[in-house]
Amino acid sequence: MISRLFTLLLLLTFSSLLNAANWRGTGDLGVVVERADGSLQVIETTGNTILGRIEGLGDLSHASAVFSRDERFAYLFGRDGGLTKVDILQQAVVARVVQSGNSIGGAISQDGRLVAVSNYEPGGVRIFNADSLEMVADIPASYGEGKQSKVVGLVDAPGNRFIFSLWDAGEIWVVDMSDPAKPAVEKYSGIGRQPYDALITPDGRYYIAGLYGEDGLALLDLWNPDRGVRRILADYGKGQQKLPVYKMPHLEGWAVAGKRLFIPAVGRHQVLVVDTDNWREVGRLDVHGQPVFVMARPDGRQVWVNFAFPNNDTLQIIDTQSLAPITTLKPGKGVLHMEFEPRGEEVWVSVRDIDRLQVYDTDTFARLAEWPVLKPSGIFLTSRAHQIGL
Amino acid sequence: MRHPVLIAASLLLLSHSLSAAGIPDSRRAELLSLLKHDCGSCHGLSLKGGLGPPLTPANLQGKPIDFLTATILYGRTGTPMPPWRPFLSNAEAAWLAERIKEGVQ
Repeated sequence: MISRLFTLLLLLTFSSLLNAANWRGTGDLGVVVERADGSLQVIETTGNTILGRIEGLGDLSHASAVFSRDERFAYLFGRDGGLTKVDILQQAVVARVVQSGNSIGGAISQDGRLVAVSNYEPGGVRIFNADSLEMVADIPASYGEGKQSKVVGLVDAPGNRFIFSLWDAGEIWVVDMSDPAKPAVEKYSGIGRQPYDALITPDGRYYIAGLYGEDGLALLDLWNPDRGVRRILADYGKGQQKLPVYKMPHLEGWAVAGKRLFIPAVGRHQVLVVDTDNWREVGRLDVHGQPVFVMARPDGRQVWVNFAFPNNDTLQIIDTQSLAPITTLKPGKGVLHMEFEPRGEEVWVSVRDIDRLQVYDTDTFARLAEWPVLKPSGIFLTSRAHQIGL
Repeated sequence: MRHPVLIAASLLLLSHSLSAAGIPDSRRAELLSLLKHDCGSCHGLSLKGGLGPPLTPANLQGKPIDFLTATILYGRTGTPMPPWRPFLSNAEAAWLAERIKEGVQ
């Protein structure tokens, strides 16, 4: 009897040990969007492997993701208005709503309880319970006489707020969700023509919207909102003809390195460098093409730039101290996105036209790994869960 | 003064009818990929619209092929639509306009 009990105990211990060996954290995980197939690859950055694939997420062109604070769930924002909650560990869709006809991105609130989606059709922002994906608030981006604007540049901000820009109306709105039942909206109008995207600085203080319709950017100091929105870099392209833009630049992959902000110039083969003390231009770097993403390595020592069609086969790396180019990489046609590992030693790159996902060493620039992945676009690592604005 | 797109459109009226036939299959595949992924970056992967308007047959009703061809080639002033002339021949633009007009899957 006693020996039988002992055997049973041994078995129990052994099986729970086995289970424990299967447990894992999620801090080194991430997802890669396969834009044409509506699927995700789940990746792991410790050994650099692909763990699995999740399907059935609809139209994922221009899709982006945010993460729950426990880094277990990803929220995917699809082009077709789909908002999908995915369990990264189980590699399964746990909730999905098609909340609009056409959407462009989203954000998760400071407290992790709300997920907001910015919509083109109908223009506005809808806010959902992060747990159940039930709608909590519907905020149409109304302007003029009965018109609704497309919404871009949606980010989270301290104070459980969401901030976004109205492409058609030229406005910035700040929504305070401290009381989810009563969203409080603060509007700033006349901020400039056609804001196309925005960023919030990593400290959550400055919201900056890029303008397509005129030169410069619109800046809102959230510590001093009463000062309103002001224009910075208003004359970076004065008197010059803009080049045609084959792909809108992105700002949400902010690049703040030390006191310098690196941003893509619209319609020019240039990266603009701004001093964040006084918001004046301190440099203008000539680059290989029209920049799309300008992203700082997490330590701020390098900035990586990819480019719009037809120069989208190239990555340029710039030294943020000397402002000189360090090197140029040719990953292949259709370099769409890059994502640094949390401490920056490696970077993941998606190359759409040749269906490849790649990893580079950011010190030697050697390619460390490569996989065939179908039309990869956005790459999102779970470490974003703990960064303001991502 | 007439709109440049209209002028271009009327010029194209003459040229486009003898066009599309000469485009080889491999180039057609490239063009469809360009339409899906590069036009799609503003008009949506399924062309149902994004920052740019939907390129669906329903939304393009009343817009002649030549007008669409000219828009593709020369862009549209006052909007973000760029000219694709550096990358496409007249015949290729006309072929794309026809595909969009009849609806692309």
